[in-house]
Amino acid sequence: MSLLSGNDTLLQVLSLASYGFFIVLIFYGQRIQMYVMIREVENSLHKLKFIKEEGRKNAIDALKEIGKPPVDPTARVDRYLEYFTIGPQGMDPAGIVYKLDHILDVRDTRLKDEVKLMAPGCDEVQVNNLENTLEAAMALNFIYKVVRHYYIQGKKTLSLYVIMQIQMILPMVMKEAEAYASALKAFAYGQPIGDGAGPLVAAKLMHGYEIRKLPKDCVMASVPLEGRTALVIKAEGPGGNVGKPGDAVETVVEENAGKIANVIMIDAGLKLEGETLGEVADGIGAAIGGPGVDQYKIEDKLTKYKIPINAIIIKEDIGDAVSPLRKEINDAVDKVIERVKALILEQTKEGDKVIIVGVGNSIGVGQ
Amino acid sequence: MGQNQTAAGNKKVSNYIMMIILIVLVLSVVSIILAVSVYYNGVSTPSQAGTDDLSAGFLAVIGIVAMSMSIVTLFQSRKQAAEMKIEVPKVMTTIECKKCGTKTMREFQRGDYVYKDLDACPKCPDTKQVITAVYKEIKEKEKTYNV
Repeated sequence: MSLLSGNDTLLQVLSLASYGFFIVLIFYGQRIQMYVMIREVENSLHKLKFIKEEGRKNAIDALKEIGKPPVDPTARVDRYLEYFTIGPQGMDPAGIVYKLDHILDVRDTRLKDEVKLMAPGCDEVQVNNLENTLEAAMALNFIYKVVRHYYIQGKKTLSLYVIMQIQMILPMVMKEAEAYASALKAFAYGQPIGDGAGPLVAAKLMHGYEIRKLPKDCVMASVPLEGRTALVIKAEGPGGNVGKPGDAVETVVEENAGKIANVIMIDAGLKLEGETLGEVADGIGAAIGGPGVDQYKIEDKLTKYKIPINAIIIKEDIGDAVSPLRKEINDAVDKVIERVKALILEQTKEGDKVIIVGVGNSIGVGQ
Repeated sequence: MGQNQTAAGNKKVSNYIMMIILIVLVLSVVSIILAVSVYYNGVSTPSQAGTDDLSAGFLAVIGIVAMSMSIVTLFQSRKQAAEMKIEVPKVMTTIECKKCGTKTMREFQRGDYVYKDLDACPKCPDTKQVITAVYKEIKEKEKTYNV
């Protein structure tokens, strides 16, 4: 057998090649592994660049279509995408919540003013929707730049550990980027999103009752529910807006001199893999995300008057939270209302006042 | 707004991958040609009689495997490039009459929002219809794990 005989030239070449292969693997195995990782990050980076460009294009198109700007908004959009916010100094943490609150207020006003300048023909609802579209484009731009940073740094330093950091979290980063990409159109068209599950429940409870405005960008209705008075709060819709439920709850609690029997907060909650989309769960505490300012204010006020606080969440993943509302989440609204009623019957007496807060983005949800 | 998607303008496979695929493809063709040549002409000495078929078979297997792998890689790369698109889901609006409860569904139109009052119901002219839901329905089932 010529291929297996010792003096066969082909066998010798193959043996030498396999020895060479092992030697190369011993010395350069890690480097080869790094090149494979770099290649993987590079592929994702191409995809992220495409998504980011689409986000920018969508935002500009939406501004041109809805806002009818007198001048081309492209340069302004590019500047907007690079905006950053510097958080307050935390060396002396006393009072940091109100400093952060102030900075967030300034940011919100500044971004809204920018949108109004870019799209002067818009009403308040459209301004909010366009601001949300631009924020999604901004998030995509940021994700792209961070991944690119690690990719270039990895290539420059040829360090496995630099490139490994980004390669390991890449699937989650891509999932988030894809979620923001699908949110772009939803924001531009003003469609309800998964994060709007809370406001959707509140809207269903308050629809048909007299609505009044609350600080800041929130609305409230007094609704009779199971013999109690439910003070239902949500961010004002249908524009893209999360409001400041912290300020709204503070106001309502003070207006009633702390005579509130219970507070129930309803929000979209991140589900773990394996959990069912639209699953409803209840617990204790202030169900609200974000930077923590509103949570602090609510907890502070409720602690002052010793008001119990309950939370109901509708489970969904990050992709569902920022993309158009899924049927499963919409179907969960009635289940949440049933839970709210049961909770009120169990924990309060007839004639009591209860605050119900629908937390989340009210885009595409009226009242 | 209908079911549409925006796709990447550049669907080209990167030159680097293309070069590797082409090299492997050329080598696999050479291997197959060599296999045919060994099978018909033979290269063994009289003492190694009967080994040509085995050598030819060995070379043919290497050639076919390499060729199949490069073709599969080429198609996968093209598929990956074509997959770079943003899906825009179909969103439906549910309209309900407050009086008779008649439900209708249509595709989402810009300006629709939940609890928006619309025109009067065709059955009850004195009652306005209202949008009661706006959502997307995803048909494909999520992969489940038995744990």
